[in-house]
Amino acid sequence: MHPIVNTVIQRLFLGIATLFVVSIIIFSSIEMLPGDFGQAVLGQAATEETVAAFRKELGLDKPAYIRYFDWVGGVIQGDLGTSFSGRAASGVDRSRPVAELIAPRLWNTLFLAGMTAIIAVPLALFLGITAALYRDTYYDKIVSASTLTTISFPEFFVAYILILLLTALWPIFPSLANIDVNTPLAERVYRSSLPALTLTLVIVAHMMRMTRAAIINLLANPYIQMARLSGATQREVILKHALPNAWAPIATVIAFNLAYLVVGVVVVEVVFVYPGVGQLMVDAVTSRDIPVVQGCALIFAITYIVLNLLADIIGIVTNPRLLHPK
Amino acid sequence: MNKNEFRALQELKYKTGQIDRRTFVRSLLATSIALPTALSIASSVEAATPKRGGSLRVGMGHGSTTDTLDPSTSENGFTLSSNYAWSNHLTEVGPDGNLRPELAESYSSSDAKTWVFDLRKGVEFHNGKTMTSEDVIASLQYHMGDESKSAAKGLLTAVTSIKADGPNRVIIELASANADFPFIVSDYHLAIMPVVDGALSVNTGMGTGGYILEAFDPGVRAKFKRNPNYWKADSANFDEVEFISIIDVAARQNAMMNGDVDVIDRVDPKTVALMGRAPNLEILETTGTLHYTFPMRLNVAPFDNYDLRMALKYSIKRQELIDKILLGHGALGNDHPISTANRFHASGLEQREFDAEKAAFHYKKSGHSGAIQLSSSDAAFAGAVDAAQLIAASAAEVGINIEVVREPKDGYWSNVWNKKGWCACYWGGRPTEDWMFSAAYTNDTEWNDTAWVGTESSAKFNDIVVAARAELDDNKRRDMYAEAQRLVNDDGGTICPMFANYINAHSKKLAHGSSVASNWDLDGGKLAERWWFS
Repeated sequence: MHPIVNTVIQRLFLGIATLFVVSIIIFSSIEMLPGDFGQAVLGQAATEETVAAFRKELGLDKPAYIRYFDWVGGVIQGDLGTSFSGRAASGVDRSRPVAELIAPRLWNTLFLAGMTAIIAVPLALFLGITAALYRDTYYDKIVSASTLTTISFPEFFVAYILILLLTALWPIFPSLANIDVNTPLAERVYRSSLPALTLTLVIVAHMMRMTRAAIINLLANPYIQMARLSGATQREVILKHALPNAWAPIATVIAFNLAYLVVGVVVVEVVFVYPGVGQLMVDAVTSRDIPVVQGCALIFAITYIVLNLLADIIGIVTNPRLLHPK
Repeated sequence: MNKNEFRALQELKYKTGQIDRRTFVRSLLATSIALPTALSIASSVEAATPKRGGSLRVGMGHGSTTDTLDPSTSENGFTLSSNYAWSNHLTEVGPDGNLRPELAESYSSSDAKTWVFDLRKGVEFHNGKTMTSEDVIASLQYHMGDESKSAAKGLLTAVTSIKADGPNRVIIELASANADFPFIVSDYHLAIMPVVDGALSVNTGMGTGGYILEAFDPGVRAKFKRNPNYWKADSANFDEVEFISIIDVAARQNAMMNGDVDVIDRVDPKTVALMGRAPNLEILETTGTLHYTFPMRLNVAPFDNYDLRMALKYSIKRQELIDKILLGHGALGNDHPISTANRFHASGLEQREFDAEKAAFHYKKSGHSGAIQLSSSDAAFAGAVDAAQLIAASAAEVGINIEVVREPKDGYWSNVWNKKGWCACYWGGRPTEDWMFSAAYTNDTEWNDTAWVGTESSAKFNDIVVAARAELDDNKRRDMYAEAQRLVNDDGGTICPMFANYINAHSKKLAHGSSVASNWDLDGGKLAERWWFS
């Protein structure tokens, strides 16, 4: 078989093994959280008997490893379990399946991440390449300084500044990004613009600086000097000779930032009231809604693993030594 | 007919639309009122009359993804207000704080033990079904019984039976007399829902209320449209209502100032003065029953010592706490949970102040030495840790050494409150004295966070509470509750330095009646039904 396919399959299996290890880590960390779901839900009505009855109903009285295998077994079959919330009333069990809770929020988060990626990645690449092209000029210095500034500010600060400028002083965008399933696409894009802009400002610096560094690093190689001696212009040197070899580190950084866009944007979600999966996870942790927390954590882990896998593959594919083995 | 009667008649005609503005102003002129005054009278009458129409958006600082439409699980302001939008209850607390009939057009009892509720006839649920005693009984029984995990279970433990006497009358029997029972059935959990195909329809948001539920996204929004068939006159004036959950306070205030929402609750007291300067909104403040306490547990040493408790109670600078923690937006508390918003507030009880001499005297008499720990966290209320520091500082002036222990927010209510010797807490308060005392001070409630049992005063207190519950004569009740408040103030373990105001902000276009209910935030939770766009 072609070595690339081999490598990809190898990486895939490694990914799945990583996922198992991560699931054990997730499960044990949640076990170690203080507080109890029964007490958190029953709140001030929690007596010894009611808490014990609740735990029995939720299956929390079984030992940890049995619960772990139940959960993993369920996940493999596609069932993430049912949420603990909605069980505070007598008789009827109104708890919703975790998948039903997570799905719309995950879709919202992916939408926001996609929108941000469409803006941020080309922008970062463009800025990085031009900065490498015109390195050490004023253009390079200004671009570096401003992107480093925006990444240094905390996200909520960037969010509030944008709200001040773009909704209060010049009312161009709405400050509440509360979309739902029925929002038409155009309105969805309009309402998500400010959160997307905030996230863009936060992630551009990393990708841009990495692009610039990777290209400049390669310019020290002898083959670049050869290309120059052969009469290639500065632009051709960078775009045709340096950039193709720089894809591996660039792809890694982009994957890392895209994964961050899915898992790390709770603060932006709270400030703009955007119904994403970060806020769901924070709520679930606060109320000890274990299945939801585990489900979210697992999905985040899958996101990281998949994106890293893609970055790896891109790195391999752009490496001619692996592409055309002898 | 004299001038005033004529004016009142003309005002009524103008309000109901029988005459127009010009005729009204002319009629006022005829009674020798000057023109500018007449015009302003006409405007204010117009402003006080509810108008139909408009789409209300409420930004609430509550809401969680674990909310459901089932009223037995309601536990935050979001579900409280949305329950009051789609449902009605047997009785309701009016804007003036008095109880008035809602789905029960009258209620009575001869001995405060057997209550007869006569239901309004011809009231329809949103699905067209007529409300009858069958629906009322099923809705109330849903929260009763051993298997019930309803948050309102404790409210109905005294009910021994609920029977129907025909389709329009419900008879409720209690194990012991309770003159305030009609207040209890106005609680937001006890919504009246329909029985459909033999089962109570609990998770559908189906009720008799002024608004029909269109969409519910827990922790995000709830959307309603007006119920055209609503039985209550002059209520439910908006065409559409949307409750939006905005937990972050800066985002909420921003949304208000940009006009993305029309009203918000829980305005930050630190910035309310600046917000009040915005031209398009108005600040609405009501003093309700919300209060902050520092309960000392009598079953944890050294708080079992009466003199030590007194020493601590005298070493608190209450006005300073109101000025620095609530920034002036509150009222003094007198170490008991009854507010000026309650009917039988003991206004004659002397207000306890900071008194270094008395505090030192009691501290010496108690024979205590060493540090006293005070556990605090902002989970109790915003500014609780700062308040604890202020208490430690004022106690140091008297010579008492208080050590403030900063507890984590997470798990505060499981691990600290109702367990540790001295901590911080908040209470939303209750509309009646009996309800508040039974929630936190009598010896049979789990939430007796001061563990106030076993002393002579607590025995007296419990007797008084039980007796006052059965007493139908208001004057006698007033005296009994005054004595009860005195007992809590004196012997109880609660330090209650302040009542906090509900601070809301709303757009200038939004109007409300001249009095606003203070039993819950946002006009008792019923702003959707009571307010209108002017």
